[in-house]
Parts: sequence; C-alpha cells; structure tokens
Amino acid sequence: MAIDTAPAPARPAEAPQGRRKGGGKPSSLLTVLTWILALGFFSPVIWMVLTSFKQESAAASSPPTFFFEPTLDQYRAVLGAGAGPYFLNSVIATGVSTVLVIILAVPASYALSIRPVKKTQDVLFFFISTKMLPVVAVIMPIYVIAGQLNMLDNIWTLVILYTAMNLPIAVWMMRSFFQEVPAEVLEAAQMDGAGLLKTLRSVLMPMVAPGLAATALICVIFAWNEFFFALNLTAAKAATVPVFLVSQMTSEGLFLAKLSAASVLASLPVVLAGWVAQKQLVRGLSMGAVK
Amino acid sequence: MKFPFKPARRASRRQRRRTGLLSALSVFLLVLTGCGGDSSAEGKEEIVVAIVSNPQMQDAISLKDDFTGKYPDVDVRFVSLPENEARAKITASVATGGGEFDVVMISNYETPMWAANGWLTNLQDYADKTEGYNPDDFIPTIREALSYEGDLYSVPFYGESSFLAYRSDLFEQAGLTMPEKPTWDDIRRFAKELNDPEKGMSGVCLRGLAGWGEVMAPLDTMINTYGGRWFDEDWNATLDTPEVKAAVTDYVDLVRSHGQPGAATSGYGDCLTRYAQGNAAMWYDATAMVSSVEDPKSSLVVGKTKYAPAPVKETEDAGWLYSWSLAIPQTSQHKDAAWDFISWMTSPDYMKLVGEKVGWERVPPGSRLSTYQLPGYAEVSEAYAKPTLSAMAGASQETSMVLPVPYTGLQFVGIPEFQDLGTRVAQQISAAIAGQKSVDEALDQAQRYARTVADSYQAGGR
Repeated sequence: MAIDTAPAPARPAEAPQGRRKGGGKPSSLLTVLTWILALGFFSPVIWMVLTSFKQESAAASSPPTFFFEPTLDQYRAVLGAGAGPYFLNSVIATGVSTVLVIILAVPASYALSIRPVKKTQDVLFFFISTKMLPVVAVIMPIYVIAGQLNMLDNIWTLVILYTAMNLPIAVWMMRSFFQEVPAEVLEAAQMDGAGLLKTLRSVLMPMVAPGLAATALICVIFAWNEFFFALNLTAAKAATVPVFLVSQMTSEGLFLAKLSAASVLASLPVVLAGWVAQKQLVRGLSMGAVK
Repeated sequence: MKFPFKPARRASRRQRRRTGLLSALSVFLLVLTGCGGDSSAEGKEEIVVAIVSNPQMQDAISLKDDFTGKYPDVDVRFVSLPENEARAKITASVATGGGEFDVVMISNYETPMWAANGWLTNLQDYADKTEGYNPDDFIPTIREALSYEGDLYSVPFYGESSFLAYRSDLFEQAGLTMPEKPTWDDIRRFAKELNDPEKGMSGVCLRGLAGWGEVMAPLDTMINTYGGRWFDEDWNATLDTPEVKAAVTDYVDLVRSHGQPGAATSGYGDCLTRYAQGNAAMWYDATAMVSSVEDPKSSLVVGKTKYAPAPVKETEDAGWLYSWSLAIPQTSQHKDAAWDFISWMTSPDYMKLVGEKVGWERVPPGSRLSTYQLPGYAEVSEAYAKPTLSAMAGASQETSMVLPVPYTGLQFVGIPEFQDLGTRVAQQISAAIAGQKSVDEALDQAQRYARTVADSYQAGGR
C-alpha cells in the first residue's frame, strides 16, 4: 500500500509545474483562442442586448451603429404590449410539465436501470422512437383531436404535449445517471435495513441530484423555447412567450429593436434558471452522477 | 439480483404502480381544471380577434379601450402574428372549423374563395343595417374585390395598390424628370443613371425574396402590363410565352444590374429599410409604404420623396390591389359581438380616432373615400393621397391586363393552389436573380409547375 500510494501525491504537484514551465506560450495562445471563440459565440447575444437599447431606425441602419443614445423605449413598448399573460402561460406550461416529467421519469428510469424490467432495451427504444417522428408530421391530427376535445387554446394541452415531448429524453438521461450508482452502495443500504423508499430518498436521490437538476433544466429549456405547438394550438388565452416574440415582428415597418428587447426579456428566465443550477449542472453534465 | 433484494422488488412494483396512478390522477385533475375555464369572467361576451401584426393593426390594439367603452358587454382578446404565421393559422382554423376565432383578418385573395366554400358569414346585411357605417364609402375596386355574388363577405381595414417612390432631390441633382406615367424603360434608364454602389446607393430597390407575396407581387404586375398571364381562358399554363419571358428578363436584369445588393433575399422589409435609410433612389412597392417612409421616427427621407404611378408597358395602369380586411368565420358563436368589433375598427369614426389619438400619418389608408376628406389626413397625406387613390382606382384587370384570364386577382391567381404554386415559381425567379440559373431555365421549371395545377383544373372542369 505504502509503496503504491507514495508517488501519487507527487504527480499532481509535478504536473502543474511542468505545464507552467514548458507551456507558457501555447497556454496563453490557447487562452486568447478560447476568448476569441467565446466572444464569437457570444456576439449575437451581445448584439441583441445592444440592439434592444436602440431606436428602430438605428437598429436597422447599415452599416451598423455602435455608438448611440441608449433608450428604454423598446422595453416600455414590449411591456406595454401585454407580455404578462404570455409569461404566465409559459411558466405554467414549463413548470407543470417539468414537474410531471420528473415524477414520471424517475420511477421509469429506476425500473430501466437499477432493477431492469423484462425487455429493457425494447422499452428504451420505444421511448426514444417517439422522438423520431417530425413534429410537423403529427400537427394536423393533434390539432383536429384537440379541436374535437374542445382543448384548443388551452394551456393544459401544452402541458400534456410538453410532458410527452420531454419524457423520453428525461428517462434516457436519468437512466444513465442511475446506472452510475454502484450496486454496492445499494446493497449496503439494504444490509442496513433500508426499504425501497428509504433507499430512494436517502441514498439514491442525493447521489443523482446533479443529474436530476441537469435533466430538469433541459426540460425547462425545451418547454420554454417550444414554438411550433404553441403557435398552432393556442390563440388568445394560452399563447406562450415564443408566440409573443413573433407577434413583435411585422412585414410592414421596422421591428428589430423591439424584437430584441422582447427576446432579452424572454431569455432572462432560462438564463437565470441555468445560472442557479450552474453548480449542479457542471457536475451533472460533465462528470456523471457519483464521481 | 440476490435474495435479500426480493422483498424490496415486490414493494417497488407496488410502489411503481402507486406512483403511476398518482401521476395519472394529477394529470387528469389538471386537465379537468383547465377544461372548465371556457366562458369569460364577469359575464362579458368574449371575442377572439386574429390579426396581422402590421403597425396599423397594433394601433387598433392600443385603442381597444375606446371600443370597450362603447360596448361594455364585449371583451376583446387579440392574437397578432406576422403575415405568414397569421395566414397559416387562420387558414387552418377556418378550413377545419377549429372555431378559435370570432374575427379573422384575411385579404382579397381569400375572401371570394372562402365565401364560395361557405366558411364566412355574409356581412352585407350587417353593413347595410349599421347606422353611420356607410359601406358605399369603401373604395369601389376594394369593395368589389371583397364581395362574392354581390355581397360583402369581409370589410376592408386598409387597402393598397402599388406605386413608385423616388427621391426627388436626387432626380433634381441629376437633372432627371419623372414622367407622369413612367414606363419600365424609363425606370431602367433612371436606375442606370442613379446607381452608385460605391456610395451605397442603388438605382432601384425591387423585391427578390422567394414568396408569392414577395417577389411575385411586383413581378406579376410587370408580367400583366407586358401582356403576359399565368393561365389562358382554357386553363393552359402560359408562363413560357414571349411576353412573360420579356417581363421576367427585364425584371431580373434590372435588379441585377442596377438594383440593391443581395436582391435575391431582399423583400418588402429590406427594401423599406434601404429606401428609408437613403440607400435607394427608387422603390416600386406597396402604397402602404408611406406610413413608414413619411414617418420621421423611422425614415431619413421624409420630404425628399415623390410618388409616381406603377410603371407600365402595354397597359394604361399596372398597380396591384390588396386589402387586409376583417371577416367572421361561420363557426363563430358570437357573430353579433364580432360585428360590433368589426364595425368599430372599419368605421369612418375609427379613422378620426386614430388621427386624433395616434397621429394622422397612422390612419389606415385605402379603405374609405371619406378618409381622404378628413382635414387632418389631407394635410399629412398631401404628397401621396392622390397617387394612392388613382393607383387604387386603376387597379382592375380591365385596365392593367392585356389578355382576359379565368381567375380573380392582379398580383395573384385567385385559386387555393396559388400559395404553393406562387412560392415555387418565386423560388425559381429568386434563383435567377441570385444568378444560380438563367431566366429561361427558371421559367421552364415554373411552366412545369403551372402545368400541373392547370391539369387539375382542366380535368376537373372547374
């Protein structure tokens, strides 16, 4: 043991030193490159935020203006256009569907990983196969069925659809997190006399919490940004934020600045949710559940 | 799994079933609570209005309080979407009897077809019986375009034709004079003279974006005045005739030689931006452009623009005719309340209301003759009122086409297949403008598309 472990602490101590000594230039070059890439990816977002503080004519000008007198007119116009109900609908559709997805996905993925049911592979394939059909191919039947059930322009129609839409992804994601839980841990819990509920609550859930957060956030993002169902199945009462965004566009007249302001407002909740879940997310997405 | 896990397994199955039941129950409850909320609060009659999100329609939304003040028992909810989304959504809803909307905004393309299908409520009686509404005040060409078998099935909110906007200051500097009725040859000459790409000035801005409502609108009026047509009276496709070829060749050549850069992806919105920012010397497009071109907030060329009639070749006039109008789908359960709203939004009083509350330059143009007699509107529209009215008066097949056709419409063919056909043909034209194919190749393909549609009309004897 002593012989085995002795060099181990030395390695991490050496490695950074070596990197620092030998790789000064490449590392700073890499940093610059990373910055350029990051800025490149982020520039559309910066441009959107900048545009949202412009007047319409400045937003449409060519070549683009970088220096301008910032104004809050566009935000005032967007908020004055009655964005509230759209946001409320989005919160309901996103929140309720995500909760439902998690409630359904956790037991399903448990049954597909820790205690695999018969034909697990077939079940898994069936789940994911529901994502293979293009949405546009089913919109007409869904529209007609919703119409006959008197469920058009009803927020619960979107809740059901978003739940169904996100469930396969959530099951697959949660399954991979459950699979990383070592069987020994569960056996140990069993030996200590923990029942299923106790094991789930006190052993399993804390271990897959980062995965659960990542799954929930993915569901929130997909549901919040969903446009196609929202556009086709809602009218005045159940329309969500993406539908509000397109209503800011017009084929006659300028709209870029106003649309940018609306887009900034629409992306804020998702950015905030991502920021709050950031710590869990990094662990959940990059490292797996228990490493 | 090993022995000690067996009891737990049984428990987990039971547990699973219970969780499943609970989930199903919660979904069911949620659905139930949602289904109950159909009728509106406070005992008011609620109507849902689907409109296109153009500036004048946004004004109507902002003036909603005036309507609810006059009709306190009616509550209005708006669905406002850009043209393409609105058209798709309204068509799907009305055609399948979806019934989400009590009032829909459609155009003179849909009105006669939908009226013939029995999808729309006849509005003639409503219009005749409403005091002070005066349907005879509608501009005659528009009223006719929105009628089916002599009855109005939708009423105009605004109407437009097409004309040519040009920079009078640049014309003066270059010593050019715009004739009273310019021809396409004149336009080509002027565009060549004024085109100055180095200074960011294009001689003319013309739509090139693929879409039946984009490049096809101005191009169709050019085809009309060159003596071309889509179909002859026996429903034979005629996009391969010398007249159509000449028109399309001239259009593509003009926009490629003296038009705006990147014309193949440039539609109404792009041309508006370019012209309003002072980057184009001429622009042939919808008369509705004035509300933006003459608005100091969005335009740098206010007071430097004059307007001339749509360029011609063989005909007296060449403008198109288009109207955004309001109709009541047959499925509406609130027809009377819907009419209350429509009559408010298209009445002579509404024009005054917009002028006083929002600004006279924002009054919806081209629907009523009386609008042009309002002193406030006459003052702001001095530069464009006459060109607009005369363009609209001339916008009929009799004065703008050389040969007779079996369909309604000037810049469109009034058949349901046209949305698809027009867009496919527009993609070919757009490709020619981008230089990806020749005009001959584009028109050969276009003719094949048109022939497919023609075949179904000839076979069906429609």
